[in-house]
Amino acid sequence: MTSRSASGSTASSLSLLERLELVFVKTGVLPPLLLLAVIVFSQMSDNFLDVENFENVLRQNTFLIIVSLGQMLVLLTGGFDLSVGTGTALVSVVTATVMADSFNAGAGSVGFAIALGMVVGVLAGAGVGLFNGIGVSVFRVSPFIMTLGTSSIALGLALYMTSGVPVRGMPPKFADIFGFGEWAGLATPIWVTAAVVVIMTVVLNWTRLGRYFYAIGGNANAATLSGVTVRTNLTSAYVIAGALMGLSSVLLTARLETGEANIGVSLPLQSIAACVIGGVSLRGGIGRVSSAVLGALFIGLVQNGMNLARIQSYLQMIVLGGLLIIAVIADLIRQRSLSRLAAAGILG
Amino acid sequence: MTASGTSQRFPSNSAADGGLLLKLTEVTKRYPGVSALSNVSFDLRSGEVHVLFGENGAGKSTLISILSGAQKPTSGTMAFRGAEVEFSSVADAREFGISAVFQEFSLVPTMTVADNLLLGSEPLRGRLLNRKGLRSAAESLLADLEFPIKANQVVGRLSRAQQQMVEIAKAFRSDLQVLILDEPTASLTETESGRLFELVEEARTRGIGVVYITHRLAEVKRLADRVTVLRDGNYVGTLAREEATEDRLINLMTGRVIDQVFPDIAHKPGEIALRATGLTTRTRSAADVSFEVRAGEIVGFAGLVGSGKGESARACFGAEPLLHGSVHLYGNEVTGSSPRRMLKSGMFYVPPDRKSDGLLLMRGVRENIALPSIRLAQFSNLTLMRRAAERRITDEVARRVELQPHSLERPVEQFSGGNQQKVLLARALVRDVDVFVFDEPTVGVDVGTRVAVYQLMADLCESGAAILLVSSDLPEIVHLAHRAYVFHRGRVVEELVAPDITEENVLRNFLDREVA
Repeated sequence: MTSRSASGSTASSLSLLERLELVFVKTGVLPPLLLLAVIVFSQMSDNFLDVENFENVLRQNTFLIIVSLGQMLVLLTGGFDLSVGTGTALVSVVTATVMADSFNAGAGSVGFAIALGMVVGVLAGAGVGLFNGIGVSVFRVSPFIMTLGTSSIALGLALYMTSGVPVRGMPPKFADIFGFGEWAGLATPIWVTAAVVVIMTVVLNWTRLGRYFYAIGGNANAATLSGVTVRTNLTSAYVIAGALMGLSSVLLTARLETGEANIGVSLPLQSIAACVIGGVSLRGGIGRVSSAVLGALFIGLVQNGMNLARIQSYLQMIVLGGLLIIAVIADLIRQRSLSRLAAAGILG
Repeated sequence: MTASGTSQRFPSNSAADGGLLLKLTEVTKRYPGVSALSNVSFDLRSGEVHVLFGENGAGKSTLISILSGAQKPTSGTMAFRGAEVEFSSVADAREFGISAVFQEFSLVPTMTVADNLLLGSEPLRGRLLNRKGLRSAAESLLADLEFPIKANQVVGRLSRAQQQMVEIAKAFRSDLQVLILDEPTASLTETESGRLFELVEEARTRGIGVVYITHRLAEVKRLADRVTVLRDGNYVGTLAREEATEDRLINLMTGRVIDQVFPDIAHKPGEIALRATGLTTRTRSAADVSFEVRAGEIVGFAGLVGSGKGESARACFGAEPLLHGSVHLYGNEVTGSSPRRMLKSGMFYVPPDRKSDGLLLMRGVRENIALPSIRLAQFSNLTLMRRAAERRITDEVARRVELQPHSLERPVEQFSGGNQQKVLLARALVRDVDVFVFDEPTVGVDVGTRVAVYQLMADLCESGAAILLVSSDLPEIVHLAHRAYVFHRGRVVEELVAPDITEENVLRNFLDREVA
């Protein structure tokens, strides 16, 4: 029926309102929000539109971008990961402890200590993901409860290991290279993030694994009947998300120069908000690398704008929470518009 | 509301004289861009069962949603006992004694039967719930209808048929004049269906007008006083009970004669492609089922929903856990293999419910068609997808099934039901398949798509594939299958070979015991 009526209404017969709706349906919530943020913050601060400031935003948000990419994988499969926050704390503590111990024992070179700490850190992140993944895919615990539980376990471990005291004693070279280093004019974390973005783009668009993530979130029953082994692939989504969280935490630890058990608190909210604002569906099956990256950058931009405008951090939390909810509401409205326009045959 | 005997709940017998209850005149319902109903007239007399017949999308559901007050017509008038009425809600219609039982129940699964029955009109004592009164009101309602359900049972633990009884009892809660039933037997066993038919007949003798939606010819024969046929939102005709023959109904419903709908398929049986022996599923939905399908033939599985026909087919594909039994594919044992292994061995299962088991609705056509085959070398090498080849192959297949519109990246959910079904079937055409299982392949599609699906099956069969057709649609089995197994209560009760596959021969096996 839809196809028959499609020929009936042509694009030229649409009202202005319908055209706006069509643009909104096609582009999502990010462009209008971005436009709004740029207008508001450029009024509130003179420095907001500087190139320098933008590079600043980019560097500060590499951590969020990487975590959001992992979060997106999990969202694609129809779940979400609340443990990215305290997971970050656990990885930071583990990385710092391993690196400092290996450095102080003097067993190998400085490079070895750094590499060992980083690898163990990323593996610890992947381990957190594996734990989540097994709970969700094998024991079918809901992602909400599973990652909430993991979140507490990770924080408990991090605090138990350190008694809440920052872990010091890592080789200064670690921070020099991965925290503050530059290469060809750009900060090291930006390069690492760029590499992650490229790899994730390839994984999602050019590999079977990427296709399986979309399929599992799109319709797990259909995926099974199509020969996809849901358990392993679902688990690997959580493992990759955990590893990315680990990588992000290692970079953050380099920046902080200590292993901290009190970092990452806002990451679950921010990474989920970044994805949703960027257009990743909370019901699974829909999302691109660009969604997570742009969403994360948007959040960074808003935070940066608020800092420049000297808005207190407590108020900033209110804004971020509000943004997440607004993005979800806007997405629901968009879905409704979408089905209405599709039914009316306006969508091509 | 409380127990005051049957006399109040049912209008007196004298009303069963054919007095006009409801009359719809030239009703039209338009959605943005689509006319769901155009100028349909319909009337209902008291004490009759008026069957609404037509394919999915013909407008039956829209018509009853207008009758029951769930939707307002765009134009046209409705009269109740001669007086013009306009319903703005389901509660409005209920005031007139018009109640509908839809396929999707409006029950709260966590509450008891009594709570559900009186939800929204709970008896009060002062400002508090009168729990005793509620319980006894519910019990007397169930007793009146002779439903074997306890009022304190939790609805979620009841069988689907029992839940339907609760839903029907809810309709009888007030003074009932018009009862609307939307495919009420769709998921009932034959005993349960029999009980439902008795109830419909009882309602009829008490002068209630019953609007009954069904696809099943057997039910038309069993119950209908009159049949109104709809097609594509238009009124096609109304037949009296005697005129409603199979040929005539199919002709009215599809606008074609049977020969144009069902192709002739040559029967050249080859070697045994699929053989199942003594299959018993873990849930015992199928028990000791044995069958075989040869290359170059279409084998039908007939039976009601819940008869174990679909489960048996799924069990072969590894989508339903087995307790006993064995499955052989071209002589090789494949018992208990995963769907992935079965695909690799050359079997393909097309599930009945494209929304819940078949398609990734929010993803594009290309990804959907490729998904079951992306492990094949033409779609991907060890690490990467071959996207150009993927696009080329899926494009070809989409053309072969005549996808409308031919748009490979458009999300599947934006296609019509018929075209979604084409995408579902197209997935099976990408890889080499020896044994196809089509489980209810024409549910919710228009005639054009049905003809295309049947032709596709004919082509596949004649090129040597083995085809297993699981269908609750009897004409489909009768006209397409070379051999048919009739399922009843999880067992194969009869094997028929064309030309003995007739509706009567099939029906005998699942309707005669309790019903006819």
